[in-house]
Amino acid sequence: MRQRLRTTLLLAPATVWLLAMLVLPLVVVVVFSFGARAPAGGYSPAFTLENFANLGTRWAAFENTLMLAPAGTALCLLIAYPLAYYLAIKADPKLRTLLLILVIVPFWTSILIRSYAWIYLLGGQGIPKLFATLGLGSPRLINTPFAVLAGIVYGYLPLMVFPIFVSLERLDKRLLEASADLGSPPWRSFLQVTLPLSMPGVATGCMLVFILLMGEFLIPAMLGGGKVFFVGNALVDLFLQSRNWPFGAAVAVALVVVMLVTVTLYMRLTRRWAGARDEVSLM
Amino acid sequence: MADETETPIAELRGATKRFGAVVAARDMHLTIRRGEFLSFLGPSGCGKTTALRMLAGFEVPTEGEILLDDQRVNDLPPHRRPVNMVFQHYALFPHLTVADNIAYGLRQRRPRPPEAEVGAAVAKALETVRLPGYGPRRIWEMSGGQQQRVALARAIINEPKLLLLDEPMAALDKKLRHDMQIELQTLQRTLGITFILVTHDQEEALSMSDRICIMRDGQIVQVGSPRDLYDRPKNRYVADFVGKSNFFEGTVRAVEGGSARLDCAGGTVVVGHAGDGVMAGQSAIASLRPEQITLSRGDEGVPVTVVNRIFLGEHTEYLVRNPDLGQFLILASRQAEAGEGNFEPGETGRARWRDGAALILKND
Repeated sequence: MRQRLRTTLLLAPATVWLLAMLVLPLVVVVVFSFGARAPAGGYSPAFTLENFANLGTRWAAFENTLMLAPAGTALCLLIAYPLAYYLAIKADPKLRTLLLILVIVPFWTSILIRSYAWIYLLGGQGIPKLFATLGLGSPRLINTPFAVLAGIVYGYLPLMVFPIFVSLERLDKRLLEASADLGSPPWRSFLQVTLPLSMPGVATGCMLVFILLMGEFLIPAMLGGGKVFFVGNALVDLFLQSRNWPFGAAVAVALVVVMLVTVTLYMRLTRRWAGARDEVSLM
Repeated sequence: MADETETPIAELRGATKRFGAVVAARDMHLTIRRGEFLSFLGPSGCGKTTALRMLAGFEVPTEGEILLDDQRVNDLPPHRRPVNMVFQHYALFPHLTVADNIAYGLRQRRPRPPEAEVGAAVAKALETVRLPGYGPRRIWEMSGGQQQRVALARAIINEPKLLLLDEPMAALDKKLRHDMQIELQTLQRTLGITFILVTHDQEEALSMSDRICIMRDGQIVQVGSPRDLYDRPKNRYVADFVGKSNFFEGTVRAVEGGSARLDCAGGTVVVGHAGDGVMAGQSAIASLRPEQITLSRGDEGVPVTVVNRIFLGEHTEYLVRNPDLGQFLILASRQAEAGEGNFEPGETGRARWRDGAALILKND
């Protein structure tokens, strides 16, 4: 009995927090999404499906998000895996900590400042100017999907590197000797042993980056210049500029649904793929 | 059994391995006979694992040569050597089933053998290690002993020229270890594959091997059958490592016709077979096995006091003490005790041995 009381008391703060900060707002958003826009903006009670019927007008935001979030995740993975592999397996153990710190260092500066740096780099005075000086023409970089992708990969890379690094570092190196001993050349040992055993890290990294990217709005706003925008940007616009809260709520609900569907599909897929005991875990 | 007339299956020719300033293996010369059960025996850091890893291809010798079937394989990477290993902690693949672990080696072959063939071979290997039907299980569902069998099956399915076993029994409890030793020996006889076992357990090496290679500080000290090593150890180190032995220090008085006479403290004289390099006038040791000494109540022999007595069933082991020679062990058979009777701790008696029973060895 006392044990139960203690458990209840210990769980109470988390329960209250989740109810107040997650469940309640979510209920509010769902309720709003069926409402109508008040004449001066905001919400007026109603029950209509009109907001959901209008979702098509924001299709471009969904399209961009659903293209660039997976693309950004994939690009992060392609860059992070070799880096994590190098850090965990090839790097001199004495240098490893230093190199890991170098991977985190960008995190110590606000993403806002780092994105400004990218605006300058990709803008007229940056890389395009360098290209022009070299006589290679003057490519347009800023305010393109490329710029958004570059920003995304730059910002989210550490989130991908660390889970993969951990799973590779935990890998028993004797398994690679066993694989070689049984006649497998190094590249096949990588495919048959290292890669499958690092899948839990890959799955965790992809999940972290993908979920955060689905809600991203800062990087597209700064590097996409209003031309490449995410659902997040549409939400900012609807809630803060046009003050159409019910429509914004409908877009938010749609985003949550899309996210749930994709993440569920993804988890099913990776679990089958990894086949290992380790469940896909979110840190 | 090993056939000495055939060409050796493998050879170390002056194999040396340095890690920086550390010499892990120094000028090792060893001929491995086709089909034999050979053990590398020695304490940790003696070079036995390094020698094994050079045969497997995980270490490239700094100097010297490794030969497999008369071919120099120094530069052949592990995945191209027809040699398989049972790793110390088995190193089974946790993401694969038992069957997929065992099939791993066959599936690396190019051209890849048909799956039906692989499946049949896996079933047969599981049968051989007495785990029939365990194929679909996961590795973590298997006990330590079962995992070892899986590791064994994963290696023997490839029919390697050499099967290398790196302290495979270390993680097993005593009872299981004993069962596994017998099983491994039987398996080796049936398969006819050359086994090389690395161990620091002298009993294990003595009971299982056709030959034992004793190592120390990266060097091979002596190679021979368990009986050779027991009866004719080259020096004190081997005599001490293989079986129990008593050592009496002294000065060599004379060497004649392969026999030496050693004068020990207190006027005790030991006459025995002279080992390599024993010369008159030098200090040496006499090695006497506990079963070569008898304890009696007569007047002849070295006077001793019984310190302790351990009943071992068929034998009784006495720890006795002589003021000059110190403490030593005597193993009395039941038969001998029937004549002389029991000795109680504190009792005095005489320790005797046959002339020529002892070995006079260089003290190193």
